[in-house]
Amino acid sequence: MAGPGGDMQWCFSQVKGAIDDDVAEADIISTVEFNHTGELLATGDKGGRVVIFQQEIENKSQPQFRSEYNVYSTFQSHEPEFDYLKSLEIEEKINKIRWLPQKNAAQFLLSTNDKTIKLWKISERDKRPEGYNLKEEDGRYKDPNTITSLRVPVLIPMDLMVEASPRRVFANAHTYHINSISVNSDNETYLSADDLRINLWHLEITDRSFNIVDIKPANMEELTEVITAAEFHPHQCNTFVYSSSKGTIRLCDMRISALCDKHSKLFEEPEDPSNRSFFSEIISSISDVKFSHNGRYMMTRDYLSVKVWDLNMESRPVETYQVHEYLRSKLCSLYENDCIFDKFECCWNGNDSVVMTGSYNNFFRMFDRGQRRDVTLEASRENSKPMQVLKPRKVCAGGKRKKDEISVDSLDFNKKILHTAWHPQDNIIAVATTNNLYIFQDKVN
Amino acid sequence: MEVNAEARRILAVSISKLYASRTQRGGLRLHRSLLLSMVMRSARDIYHSSRECEGPAGAQPASEEPMDTTPNPEEQPGLPEPEPQPALNSTEPAQEESDSSEEDSDTEITEDKENLSPARQSRKRRGKASAAPDFLPSKRARLEPGEERYAAPLGSWRLPGRVEPPPLSLPPSLPPQQRSAEQRAEKKPDAGRKV
Repeated sequence: MAGPGGDMQWCFSQVKGAIDDDVAEADIISTVEFNHTGELLATGDKGGRVVIFQQEIENKSQPQFRSEYNVYSTFQSHEPEFDYLKSLEIEEKINKIRWLPQKNAAQFLLSTNDKTIKLWKISERDKRPEGYNLKEEDGRYKDPNTITSLRVPVLIPMDLMVEASPRRVFANAHTYHINSISVNSDNETYLSADDLRINLWHLEITDRSFNIVDIKPANMEELTEVITAAEFHPHQCNTFVYSSSKGTIRLCDMRISALCDKHSKLFEEPEDPSNRSFFSEIISSISDVKFSHNGRYMMTRDYLSVKVWDLNMESRPVETYQVHEYLRSKLCSLYENDCIFDKFECCWNGNDSVVMTGSYNNFFRMFDRGQRRDVTLEASRENSKPMQVLKPRKVCAGGKRKKDEISVDSLDFNKKILHTAWHPQDNIIAVATTNNLYIFQDKVN
Repeated sequence: MEVNAEARRILAVSISKLYASRTQRGGLRLHRSLLLSMVMRSARDIYHSSRECEGPAGAQPASEEPMDTTPNPEEQPGLPEPEPQPALNSTEPAQEESDSSEEDSDTEITEDKENLSPARQSRKRRGKASAAPDFLPSKRARLEPGEERYAAPLGSWRLPGRVEPPPLSLPPSLPPQQRSAEQRAEKKPDAGRKV
């Protein structure tokens, strides 16, 4: 982050996607995720496609310029479907992508839309067999009478081909819309969460799953909250958390009982009565929950703030960061234009010292937990010259607007950054605007 | 009143959003519908509580305070209740609201009955212990000929033991089945009455 005394500065690295102002709906990016090494970066979009970028091998002659991400594989993960029983269309939009840790040469990821989760295998092919004894080159079988000798095919190099194939389809387990998937640290199971239920799956078994959380009331008229996000603990395979639309987070231990309706811990901050308004419930709804890499903390995102919680303290968060407090007085307008329903995500950096989340006008915010500093940066084509340093931005909440500040009323609420991701080890970030993916890296001095 | 107009606007916007969400791709989103209904409920509560104090006293805060359970004074302009009601509410703020409102409605309902059909007053003596809960109209098995049923205005009643009405639907007027179930339970002593 920029600051006096030569602190870290962020530079533009790359931007992916069309330049047109006219955005095709299918191109809207709906999820961004680095894999566990950071070598691969996956995006999902509203059209059901997954695009994977791969970091090229570092250019040793130019050490100050970290390598670029280039397209590695593109495939259609989900198609639109129709539920004939309910007369409902099932959107193909990819809600979440989660990578599996690598076990062999191939890469695996889980991608999900509203109803179905799929396990994809992404593998490379750079050799092909040639010299078949029994077949022609085009695959037709030779006339057996013409075969007089035995020949073993030889593998010869070919242009790299990356293939994506669906290995498992986990379907028909969710009545409501899936909002989260999370791979367990045991690398065998994963959870999927919809508005009212959380299911536990085994990666090898597609025809059944265990329901581990069910908050559906007997009478739907008594419904007061829904599940908004869920995640497994990064190290403890028996622990997971789920957040609710009421601003609470529940931590559950699967060792206690098969059905985890009773939480082990309930994280809730008492509401500030002075902030009460028509929209208090909406803005307290948690849109994302993420464990820190070390497993000691978790972070939640609600409409106006990011909160860091210590897993050992349920009564209140240990840190609260205001993302765009100047919007609190605009909630009515944001309700009318639907922006108040936007679901922002958040992420940690590799060593859990900085958290990041998006905002409007293509701004995104970073909060340095240790140094108690924050910065607002912008992802825009205007700042997209190679290695151009990003200038911190400032929003003027009211009163006199300074020279480089932008006033709240000038913010473009159609340009929102909902999805961001941080490389697990390096200071490389991927920031998704509506249909473009920006990659920034820190300036190596 | 500004709050009233704001609440009404939010209600209108919410309803249009609810309708629009029915035609959205992917079907009705439960989370969004729940949030919309919560906003609508808050707006409706504020709207009604601000309407109550649109009368003479006026200065009731438009907060989460429970609503007055008396039937809408505007519907019966002839009755003298509107004057004393706000005074009663403001002079007894510490008293549990259910008590004061119950008292109001009891007298209210009795007076109503007298005005509407004096000859049809129930012969059943009503002690305090067996007094009808304030949200139920007078106990009669059926409407007498020539009478009309009028729907209780939204928010003008309160179910015992429940703080808020159901979130996903605006509370309707009391369904007829519930009323007759109550009446059936009470009917036994009056075996001679025709049903």
